[in-house]
Amino acid sequence: MPTVQFQLNGTTAVVEADPDQTLLDVLRGRLGVTSPHFGCGAGECGACHVMVDGRAMTSCDMPMWSVAGKDVVTVEGLGTAERPYPLQRAFISEQAMQCGYCVSGILVSAAALLTRNPSPTEAEVRAALDRNLCRCGSHNRMVRAVLRAAAEMAAS
Amino acid sequence: MNMPSPAPKLPVSLVANPKVSSWLRFTEDGRVAISPGKVEIGQGIVTALAQIAADELDVDIGHIDMIRASTAMSPNEGVTSGSLSIQQSGRALRHVCAEVRQRFLTVASERLGVDAALLNVEDGTISGPGNVRTSYWELAGDVSLDHDITANASAKSVAKRGVAGHSVQRVDIPDKVFARPRFIHDCALPGLMHGRVLRPDISGAKLTALNEEAARAVPGLVAIVRDGGFAGVVADSETAAETALKALRKAATWSAGEPLPDEDDLAGFLRSQPVETTTIDTRTAEPARKPAQTLRRQYTRPYIAHASIAPSCAMAQWDGDRVHVWTHSQGVYLLRADLAIVLRLPAENIVVEHMEGAGCYGHNAADDIALDAVLLARAADGRPVRVQWLRHDEMSHAPFGAAMAIEIEADLDADNEIVGWRHAIWSNGHTARPGRAAQPALLAATEIANPYPRMISTDPPAANGGGGDRNSVPLYDLPAWTITCHRLLTMPVRTSALRTLGGQGNVFAIESLLDEIAALRGEDPIAFRLRHLRDERARDVISAAARRAGWKPWKRPGIGHGVGFARYKNTGAYCAAIAEIEGTDDIRVKRLTLAVDVGEAINPDGVVNQIEGGAIQATSWVMKERVRFDRTRITSTSWSDYPILTFSEAPAVDVEILQRPEIEPVGAGEAAHGPVTAAIANAVFDCLGVRVRDLPITRDKIIAAMELAS
Repeated sequence: MPTVQFQLNGTTAVVEADPDQTLLDVLRGRLGVTSPHFGCGAGECGACHVMVDGRAMTSCDMPMWSVAGKDVVTVEGLGTAERPYPLQRAFISEQAMQCGYCVSGILVSAAALLTRNPSPTEAEVRAALDRNLCRCGSHNRMVRAVLRAAAEMAAS
Repeated sequence: MNMPSPAPKLPVSLVANPKVSSWLRFTEDGRVAISPGKVEIGQGIVTALAQIAADELDVDIGHIDMIRASTAMSPNEGVTSGSLSIQQSGRALRHVCAEVRQRFLTVASERLGVDAALLNVEDGTISGPGNVRTSYWELAGDVSLDHDITANASAKSVAKRGVAGHSVQRVDIPDKVFARPRFIHDCALPGLMHGRVLRPDISGAKLTALNEEAARAVPGLVAIVRDGGFAGVVADSETAAETALKALRKAATWSAGEPLPDEDDLAGFLRSQPVETTTIDTRTAEPARKPAQTLRRQYTRPYIAHASIAPSCAMAQWDGDRVHVWTHSQGVYLLRADLAIVLRLPAENIVVEHMEGAGCYGHNAADDIALDAVLLARAADGRPVRVQWLRHDEMSHAPFGAAMAIEIEADLDADNEIVGWRHAIWSNGHTARPGRAAQPALLAATEIANPYPRMISTDPPAANGGGGDRNSVPLYDLPAWTITCHRLLTMPVRTSALRTLGGQGNVFAIESLLDEIAALRGEDPIAFRLRHLRDERARDVISAAARRAGWKPWKRPGIGHGVGFARYKNTGAYCAAIAEIEGTDDIRVKRLTLAVDVGEAINPDGVVNQIEGGAIQATSWVMKERVRFDRTRITSTSWSDYPILTFSEAPAVDVEILQRPEIEPVGAGEAAHGPVTAAIANAVFDCLGVRVRDLPITRDKIIAAMELAS
């Protein structure tokens, strides 16, 4: 089986994988990276979002051949309880979820947004999260959390 | 001589589970393990229960460990549903913790030689005058909790509660933002195998033949499992399981299915089926007042999908004739009861343990997939098997919230005052949960050799809030009414409990017609409602919402406002909603203002979160959602075919809590749906001058209503 090499959360990952296998399957099934979640398998819900070269992408329909040489970041690579990323801190401050299953995909979309646009408007935040579905109705709390993180990052 | 006081009443969960140690244990490391029978489904219940325990025990909430429900050890609290967890588990834990505190203080008093009344507890350390001190943990070896609860202890007064009644951060949220595995989907048991189940696209079709050859050739395949019409695969990876399942699907032959109704004439279907008819309530006026006219209106709501963001998941592992099941079911004991029937095993041979899943909003496929996992794991030689449904499965095979047709006839006198009210409901039953009948409710039980029939949904009794009839008895002071519920005895589309059961439909119907009558009278809809309500808590939430929304704003073209109100189940939380919408034919909900009274709000921010979430979910139901099908199959099996509200479409939501710490708390999870639905529909009328009585309120429905009106 061919090997695919890519950057995962700042370290080099080399995996043997069928080129058509999805990045989500490899992350969850082979590398034990469980923050990207399976939701639909069709790139429609955003629960599996990971950052690929700085952009939020669905990993459930991303074949491994397309990942070679790319820089992949998941929530595991954003921050930890000891060194939280501002978005993680803001999601706790705003209590921005109910069940939280969609949250890792949303954190990734928001992180990608703040990288390219550090001070988004509320409408820009909503537009950036439109590829993520939340069924619990925590939308407004999450939008507030993203705006809070942006303000915090601008102030520091 | 003192008069004996009436025997204090124990909370229901303690009557069923009186042993103190099943609820609470002091663990050796200065921590307290609290073991409720209710489960976390994203509603924040575990945090609210921890708050109650922290308060009554005087232990820092950070030192409380909330134990996940398991049939191996937890109290049996039935199912986590109906917004009852705070009422049932919260009251039980408050009582247990109060008694434990009192017992420890008594022992500490003897040990320290200090009157118990002079002792103080701070984070579990008990101290008193003269610098004497001990702790729960020091005394734990001498105070057995293996006894039945008494009714003697009394909980703290409201003024002395320092944690309950205040917003605290939820205990589960840090794990979820730092990607620490917490969901069942993320649990990596050693030696875990993966399973998938083969199910037909055609509704009600049965597997008649299966060629296993191609699936057998898939690398990583461990077993193909067949049991009558139940078929699935076990493999050493998810990828292999899915590849094998695809091969099986190509090689499967199915019988013809059972026809589905016409999705464009749900009312016609619902009103033509054999039914069981129940008179829910009647009120007669003496003397009866003669109507000058009768308004007759029909309201419908479609089948609605739970549409959890996570497809359901379960794991099972056999050890001889014993099996351990991990599940995100809302009722571990109820699921165990159904598994015992299907497996023909004593319940003691089965342990069902809860792990968190995504929000379920009612009875989705969580229980079904647990049986799938158990059946597949039989072929795994003692290794654990994880089964996950796909999006398509979740949107077609899981039960849906039942479609409803509701007809109300309102008799009006010459002044258009209501003198008579007849409310009739046609709907499938709203619950077919496991563990409550002699036959199992689980999907695979209808597929195995010697299959069980599909359980036709029933309705909970009125004392538990009813089902199709939930919230159908008006809270308004009308002079006469008859409420009738017709429960279907056929069930071509599988239904079971979805948030509010029939409450959303009934509140939509009642509140829409009241609004129409107020408009007919030229009376402000809020004034009209207040004039017909005597319950002060009801009046207060309506007035609070009106005040907060600045009711009624100046009429502007293209903007509409509407109000809706209900007390969930007529016994639970009071909620009033005011909707602001904009649009001409394609409308958008801009803002929802809500006021809610849950009695004592244990975690006020948690209550706001539930109300906000309920309001946004209800907006999604009202504006977009409808399970689609043709005459043979469910067709809304993806997010493109079953769209839900997006971030850009979500309205602003503003919530006011009317805190009443002296009143026993009730749940908040289902309070908003009915009022928000009605408020949006009434705002559509305010904005466009037409009434849409058939949910969802889409552009097509609005245009059709306008054409009918012109």
